[in-house]
Amino acid sequence: MGDIVTLIAKRLGLGLITLLIISIIIFFMVELLPGDIAQAVLGQGATEENLAALREQMGLNKPSIVRYFEWLGGAVVGDFGESIVTGERVSAVISDRLVNTLFLAAYAAVIAVPFAITLGIIVALLRNTLFDRVANVLTLTSISSPEFFLGYVLILFLAVKSSAFPAIASLSGDLSFGELLHRTFLPALTLVLVVTAHMMRMTRAAIINLLASPYIEMARLKGTPPWKVIVKHALPNAWAPIINVVALNLAYLITGVVLVEVVFVYPGIGQSLVDAVSKRDFPVVQACCLIFAATFILLNLAADVGAILTNPRLRHPK
Amino acid sequence: MELFVILYFASLIIASCIAAYLQRRGVFMTVFSLTLASFVLGIVGGVGALRFVAMSAGILAFAAGISYAFKEFLVIITPKNTSKELKTAPLTAAFGMFVIFTYAIAGIFAPWIAPYGESEVISSAFAPADENMLLGADQLGRDMFSRIIFGARNTVGLALVATLAAFFMGALAGLLAAVKGGWFDQFMGRFADVIMSIPSLIFALLMLSIFGPQISVIIIAVAIIYAPRVFRLTRAVAGNVVVMDYIEAAKLRGEGDWYLIRREILPNSTAPLVAEFGLEFCFVFLLVAGLSFLGLGIQPPTADWGSMVRENATLISFGDITPLIPAAAIALLTVAVNFVVDWMLWRSSGLKEM
Repeated sequence: MGDIVTLIAKRLGLGLITLLIISIIIFFMVELLPGDIAQAVLGQGATEENLAALREQMGLNKPSIVRYFEWLGGAVVGDFGESIVTGERVSAVISDRLVNTLFLAAYAAVIAVPFAITLGIIVALLRNTLFDRVANVLTLTSISSPEFFLGYVLILFLAVKSSAFPAIASLSGDLSFGELLHRTFLPALTLVLVVTAHMMRMTRAAIINLLASPYIEMARLKGTPPWKVIVKHALPNAWAPIINVVALNLAYLITGVVLVEVVFVYPGIGQSLVDAVSKRDFPVVQACCLIFAATFILLNLAADVGAILTNPRLRHPK
Repeated sequence: MELFVILYFASLIIASCIAAYLQRRGVFMTVFSLTLASFVLGIVGGVGALRFVAMSAGILAFAAGISYAFKEFLVIITPKNTSKELKTAPLTAAFGMFVIFTYAIAGIFAPWIAPYGESEVISSAFAPADENMLLGADQLGRDMFSRIIFGARNTVGLALVATLAAFFMGALAGLLAAVKGGWFDQFMGRFADVIMSIPSLIFALLMLSIFGPQISVIIIAVAIIYAPRVFRLTRAVAGNVVVMDYIEAAKLRGEGDWYLIRREILPNSTAPLVAEFGLEFCFVFLLVAGLSFLGLGIQPPTADWGSMVRENATLISFGDITPLIPAAAIALLTVAVNFVVDWMLWRSSGLKEM
């Protein structure tokens, strides 16, 4: 057991270092601005006094290294400073929205993961049949469509033409859990469609790869019934690739969520990121980017750890 | 009973009989199960559902016909070596090539094809379609059809330039890393790891918020985001070639790095690189479209598919599908490129699946 712990600790350390480098990139890229933040906020017409006052207020007079460590120290405890545009605490603006986004992603994941894996296994077993071909074309189409296309198509058919679900996912007011699920169904379904397609293709590839191995052929030749070949021989070895697929696609959800939130006017963190980018509200942009990047790294890390846990061969790297 | 329903079932049953007679089991099973499903569908969904099925089948048949004709056309006009390869192309790949060809024509000859200029206001806002305007007007009264044609030039052009930039940076770095090895290889590998651990859309948004939404910034941002992916693949492919004996021989002859890359490694790794270029183009295209949908891509009044969707999105709540057309144009091109890439990958890998 000991070597597994050290291996996972090593991966965690590597992830932490990556996150640190990314925080450096996110912070110092803003420093690349021609002039500085104060100049960018106030624009060309700013007077010297105004600039000096804003610099003082934002602490821009300190060297950037010092400000980086202050920012990082704050970020670790969830304090990202103040918004330039509204003057509110960034953490206050973001925290509710982060919960909303996580809810949407979780909602999509709960539907997509079992659905996609089952379909992926079925398609892998029926490979090269007509069903497989049709599934291939459909998933390819779904992957190739921009998220906003799928979102608007769903709005057109399920909200406008049949009015089964609301087109705008507003969360205001007191909502029961069922109502919440109903209101956020369309954004969740959009995400499900995109992620399912990815996951199905990857699961199919992983299973087909596995079914080509000699021990599966051996099991077949000795007369094991087909379901037993799958459940007893193939599945234990398929867990590693499947866990990998799931984690990678959950990471993919993170990017998809930004566009979907804008389409459905969903009050999530992606929406605030896009707003902040167009208003050039750098503290909010930095905070959102850091959160997204951290989640992304965490999920990739989970994929690695899952692979290590389910595949003993990875525990003894050559 | 309507004439349409009678014709519908008659053609399905005749088609399945012909298929059965010609011993085409796959076709027979498909057509006949469609017939059986149509009985249920006709009872549940009425004539409307049957019409929908017939229309989808018609569109599919039309697309298949065009793809087949286009494939034969390509086989005839290309030289012998290429035409032999093309003959093995599945219909999906032919369809993809046809779509890419159409987009290229639309993009290159946009000013001659489009009836109006891209920012020319010709009628009132959201005017419905008439004989002058094929698809009606947009939110400022500009011709939607002309803007879609110009969008083929602007959106696809931008994505293409950005992909080329990413591809050249990544491929060059990958080839150099494979040839040089040592610390350069290590450093580039770690660097690529870090860039790839930031989600692409988020990284692009970060860069755009800092440097402003200009075309040059978009191209550079995309190049930085996607170059590491190309780098990884090139490094892996070239890494397999570098260990070959003929590379050793060339090194002993005293050839320089540049010669090795150009004359020995590149010719032996073109196939996967071309396929990778297609895949990268799809990713870049979707990213650029997403950015302009968010209002951070190509700025108005230049016609651009992503922003056209956003600007006209209000029409959807009235049940009008016009805003979906530019979005569908994006999806169609990506699907087409994916079809072609799928075929090329299948051909180059020799992976004929069991």
